[in-house]
Amino acid sequence: MYKLEARNVNLYYGEKHALKNIGIGIEPNTVTAFIGPSGCGKSTFLRCFNRMNDLIDNVKITGDILIDGRNVYKSKIDVDEHRKKIGMVFQKPNPFPKSIYENVIYGLRINGVKDKAILDERVERSLKQAALWDEVKDDLKKSALSLSGGQQQRLCIARAMAVEPSVILMDEPASALDPISTSKIEELIYELKSKYTIVIVTHNMQQAARISDKTAFFYLGELIEYTETPKMFTNPDKEQTQNYITGRFG
Amino acid sequence: MNNSQINKLKNLIFKLFAIFCTSVGLIVLVVLLYVVMSKGLARIDFDFLTNLPSRSAERAGIYTALAGMVWILVLTVLIAFPIGVGAGIYLQEYGKRNMFTNFIEINISNLAGVPSIIYGILGLELFGRFLGFGNSILTGSLTLSLLVLPLIIVSTREAIKAVPGSLREASYGLGATKWQTISRVVLPSAFGGIMTGLILAVSRAVGETAPLIVIGALVYVPFIPEGPMDEFTVLPIQIFNWVTRPQAGFVTNAAAAIVILLAFTFMMNGIAVIIRNRFNKRTKF
Repeated sequence: MYKLEARNVNLYYGEKHALKNIGIGIEPNTVTAFIGPSGCGKSTFLRCFNRMNDLIDNVKITGDILIDGRNVYKSKIDVDEHRKKIGMVFQKPNPFPKSIYENVIYGLRINGVKDKAILDERVERSLKQAALWDEVKDDLKKSALSLSGGQQQRLCIARAMAVEPSVILMDEPASALDPISTSKIEELIYELKSKYTIVIVTHNMQQAARISDKTAFFYLGELIEYTETPKMFTNPDKEQTQNYITGRFG
Repeated sequence: MNNSQINKLKNLIFKLFAIFCTSVGLIVLVVLLYVVMSKGLARIDFDFLTNLPSRSAERAGIYTALAGMVWILVLTVLIAFPIGVGAGIYLQEYGKRNMFTNFIEINISNLAGVPSIIYGILGLELFGRFLGFGNSILTGSLTLSLLVLPLIIVSTREAIKAVPGSLREASYGLGATKWQTISRVVLPSAFGGIMTGLILAVSRAVGETAPLIVIGALVYVPFIPEGPMDEFTVLPIQIFNWVTRPQAGFVTNAAAAIVILLAFTFMMNGIAVIIRNRFNKRTKF
């Protein structure tokens, strides 16, 4: 069974038809990359999975989005509870203006976890998973805003993992980072695959080729091609895909 | 003169004009400060702050006016702050964009421009007579609360609007409810802006005279108010009363009271600036 599935998804921003009849199936414990030129709908589609589009006025969605076979738009699910099962990492690092420690346990705090031992343990485990522990273990009380951009982004990944989701959505997580931080994030994604299903939106073709198992190419709101990453980058079926990944447009 | 010289001359003329405009405001302030200080500063001593009003100018003090002011301000803050912040949160976070909220928004901006004496008339009728609070501190505070509510609402909304959307997304993405997001992320980040608005609202309330006169605040109160239902006076009314007296001594008293009032307002504005700077630094991105 697919971990994440979309069937005939259409999305409208007011009059604008932003996603056109998209269907996709994502296997558990894989990394899937969404690529395509700006404005093609890949981020919008990513946000359908944890219903972040609900926060925007005037958005209408039709079709089915399923997680573990459950329809997240039709069945009467609690949106806030649903989002706890899906971690999200955003384009720009967005730590809260709180301490590193409080950032990591934010998700636990809102669930009412108060036990100090559990919190401490979870902070250490999440920061280790995010490969940040060694750099910050001595100043967990320091403001998260004092970290570098790359560290902040890894903190945001740790924060997303602390609530133990099964899926992590990443919206261009490395686009605001320097090459060294980027490679750290990429290594991290590769390691996290064994535990999580990861979907990553990226503008960086090499990045998609390096880290993903499957790649989906979006163009003008349509899913043009979705296939194994090596095939996508060496021998795509569609000419549009070929043109995009070789840099002829977009 | 060639073209470039003309342009330089225009530049110079405009610069001088801008300097002149800035000076007008500053000079007026300096003259004002000089006049009241030269008259009033010598009159200020500890007795002036702690004496009750008196028929003789030398023995008169502002004790009851100060006490009335503190009562009025504390009650006004207690009433206006929760209501103003709550309304600001509703309009910015919960209210859907539609005709109704637009209508409310326009009216809140309009309220900020309503002459304060109108609030006084409303307060007199609604709180003083209809609700039967008379010319008490409670009536005064409720009236001033109405007066500063638009200020607090607008500054709360501005402060909330300035919280980056990315922080909200981070919170929602972790499964936080709307209220958890507001109380744990939005309000702490907006705190500096909200406090600044509150302090500016307080310094506005401090200087208000007209609405309090309309609701019947007394000009001569020989006792310290002991509860919210007591009669009261405040500094501006005391000043107003003194400048209308024919004896020269009372004019000096008025100048001295103005110095105290100005010092208080400057202090409040100073605190607002400090708070804003502190919190802006903390939530920079």
